Amino acid sequence: MKRALRIGLLLAALLVSASAFAIDPLPFKDAQQRERFQHLTSQLRCLVCQNESLNDSNADLAKDLRHEVFQLMQQGKSDDEIKQYLVARYSDFVLYDPPLRASTVLLWFGPALVLLGGAAVVVLTVRRRGKSGTAEAPAAEEEW
Amino acid sequence: MSRALPLAIFLALVGLFGFGIWWNAHHDPREVPSPLIGKPAPAFDLPVLGDPAQRVSKASMLGKPYLLNVFASWCFACRDEHPVLMAEAQRLGVALVGYNYKDEPADAQRWLAQFGNPYGLVIADRDGRTAIDFGVYGAPETFLIDAQGVIRYKRIGALTPQVIAEQIEPRVRALAGGAP
Repeated sequence: MKRALRIGLLLAALLVSASAFAIDPLPFKDAQQRERFQHLTSQLRCLVCQNESLNDSNADLAKDLRHEVFQLMQQGKSDDEIKQYLVARYSDFVLYDPPLRASTVLLWFGPALVLLGGAAVVVLTVRRRGKSGTAEAPAAEEEW
Repeated sequence: MSRALPLAIFLALVGLFGFGIWWNAHHDPREVPSPLIGKPAPAFDLPVLGDPAQRVSKASMLGKPYLLNVFASWCFACRDEHPVLMAEAQRLGVALVGYNYKDEPADAQRWLAQFGNPYGLVIADRDGRTAIDFGVYGAPETFLIDAQGVIRYKRIGALTPQVIAEQIEPRVRALAGGAP
């Protein structure tokens, strides 16, 4: 019982310390500003560990860029202006949500094209089976 | 026909995966193309390594093209790159300027003393603030900046003799040839 309590206390201490060390503390004015900061940095990609957002990453550069974003917020820049600031330096790559451009058309509409292609195959197959009679098709498949 | 279909799909997949392997072997998927190429280099004003009283700015570097090499003593790939710079610095045909990135000045000076100093000039960006303007996200990186202060080329990752011969030397020659 005593041991369980001790382990419980240790776990609680670990939990608290994890949240304390997770992200370098920035002097936010209020909770609303912190929320805006976290929302914004979670939409931005860390350049060093490219599958992490700026909000999550512990990389040194991510820390610097978080400070940069914070400074820009203090200067009264809007979210779009901050994104533009980073895109001008690090290209569209910093945005998790890529803008619609000639070079990203396939990225945006590729899945819809694949879906249409699949639908076309289904329609054709169903029609062909409808013509040749339903009984034959399963028999043909059983062969192999 | 329907018997050949699975084989055809299998071969198509083999082709697709083979292409993926080939593509990744020839392209660094982590490489982020710089939006700054063809644009004026950001304004900077940084101290000389080991002599903080002396400062170097974008304006003071105008007039001659130079190669700006971002390095740090903590950077492993820079250690691989360093012998290449030592061997090739004289043949480059442009000034090689070191950009010491987020480094302790004493560490950087010890590093250069130990492995040699290929740079004509080394500037120090200790907090990495100016490097953000350059879009630096890791060392080593190398920028070719022309006499007008425009970034002409950027290499992400270590320079190799091949990269210098194929990517940098032709551009340096073009700059020296009076191209705009």
